[in-house]
Amino acid sequence: MSWWRTPASSTQVTHGGRLWLYVLAAIIMILLIIPTFLVIPMSFSDSQYLEFPPETWSLRWYNEYFGSRKWMRATVVSLKIATATMMVATILGTMAAYALFVSGHRLAKRIFMLLITPMIVPVILIAIGTFYAFGKFGLNNTLTGLVIAHTALATPLVMIVITAALRSYDLNQERVAVSLGATRIKAFFQITLPQIKFSVVTAALLSFLTSFDEVIVAIFVSGGSTATLTKHMFSALRDYIDPTIAAISTIMVLVSTVLLLLTQAIGKK
Amino acid sequence: MSKTSAETVVENNQTGNQFPAVSDDNRVALAEQEKREQWKLLSLTFPALVVIALVILIPVGWLFYLSFIGKAGGFSLENYQKMIEYKSYARTFTTTFQVSFLTTLICILLGYPLAYFLAQLPGRWVGFFMLAVLLPFWTSLLVRTYAWLVLLQRKGIINDFAINMGLWESPIKLVHNMTGTLIGMAHIMLPFLVLPLYNAMKKIDRDMMHAASNLGASPARAFWTVYMPLSLPGMVAGSLIVFVLCLGFYVTPAVLGGGRVIMVSTQITAILENQFNWGAASALGVVLLIATLLVLFIAGRVLKLDAALFGKS
Repeated sequence: MSWWRTPASSTQVTHGGRLWLYVLAAIIMILLIIPTFLVIPMSFSDSQYLEFPPETWSLRWYNEYFGSRKWMRATVVSLKIATATMMVATILGTMAAYALFVSGHRLAKRIFMLLITPMIVPVILIAIGTFYAFGKFGLNNTLTGLVIAHTALATPLVMIVITAALRSYDLNQERVAVSLGATRIKAFFQITLPQIKFSVVTAALLSFLTSFDEVIVAIFVSGGSTATLTKHMFSALRDYIDPTIAAISTIMVLVSTVLLLLTQAIGKK
Repeated sequence: MSKTSAETVVENNQTGNQFPAVSDDNRVALAEQEKREQWKLLSLTFPALVVIALVILIPVGWLFYLSFIGKAGGFSLENYQKMIEYKSYARTFTTTFQVSFLTTLICILLGYPLAYFLAQLPGRWVGFFMLAVLLPFWTSLLVRTYAWLVLLQRKGIINDFAINMGLWESPIKLVHNMTGTLIGMAHIMLPFLVLPLYNAMKKIDRDMMHAASNLGASPARAFWTVYMPLSLPGMVAGSLIVFVLCLGFYVTPAVLGGGRVIMVSTQITAILENQFNWGAASALGVVLLIATLLVLFIAGRVLKLDAALFGKS
């Protein structure tokens, strides 16, 4: 194996000398990935106690999930809220990120900081705060209320993704379009947007997941017929380990994986 | 706004003062035009600002106000006084900082080698191995917390495996305590450390290491005296994100702590659920927010934080 003796870096460490790093990194990566994926085979167990490997395989917990009105209603609520959040947050976040990036106004940095506060303020505080305030506004237990709250949480992510994309984009192209007579809006949609569209898609998927996976604000602000999937999952987790959650988790893991691979694939183009 | 003046603004922006022919009158007009254009652009942030006002500014402001309202209904500092008087509050804050600190430490110990490994990989492999960091990052934290709950339980895989291997004899309590909380939180926070650290490492000039080794440094020495210090800003930025996120974390301590690891966030919900005492809960929240801001402020002073977080700015 001559590969071991070849240098691995500019300091002339050989791959053999790096073996410890490769082993360590492999262990850490396995620890990161495996726990979540072990839930998948366990969800096909027939037993009330989740075992690995399952002694008898069955779709019992999937039947439980798809056959339950409570779980189905919660899933639909979550999908609705996530879709709405995705659309609103992507549009608002892109608008704001573009404006702040282009304007160069002295307030731009301040406004940027203000708009990313949802990443800094502890989510628990946002949760109880919105619960209290939305109570006064009559927005608790409504889809609108949760979409507004989730939009606030997702917008900073959109802004960071879009700002990063604008940084690597040459704004002069848009200036040229404007100097050739295009309006600013036309220049944005015809010149800038097509070039940052993959980042916009990534931002949209991220905001969808941010909303779909969000737990704490949903626990407080949603309820009754607008309770989200995560809210039901959380209360089921706290009381006892309901195997139905293994089935739901499997579906959620697969959805996340597909969305991630999708962004990776379009990013390569 | 006429197109011709817009053109001039753009040209003027790009080329500076290459047009001495522009008269002073025109210059004033152009400056005004540019200002108007800037305000027009800034107005695009208005909808986002409304959302922030509805979800952050008004609610947090309201909580701030509520924290100064006593049981009797008037202005009072009793909510804050209680925090100093009762030992349970001090314990909660100690636990919160302890959990946050330990989680950050575990993340550094695991995240540094991983980020280093990823940063050293040839480009074509990075995408594949990066999935190990990105997949958990994109997976619901509730699902990951649930996975650990299942793995760590008395009859879970980890206990089964360890007993079969002879590591320990009877099932050990791995969950509904501090151990489980730390395992779960470290797993959830690790990507938040690895991603900024990896970005910082990618920016380190390879020639630096080359020069060090040309000048006779051993690989280990070159790493510790050149690479490590250069990667430090990325590591600190990542650790800071992890630490601050941990301070306000709720789901994982609530599920994996099983009521035995009481952090500020879990105590806030407990106060609301059991006593419905908005004043006390708000005061705790305000202190949590101030602690978070303080950590960020100090760190921002010591390091040029936004440069590390958002690249060059």
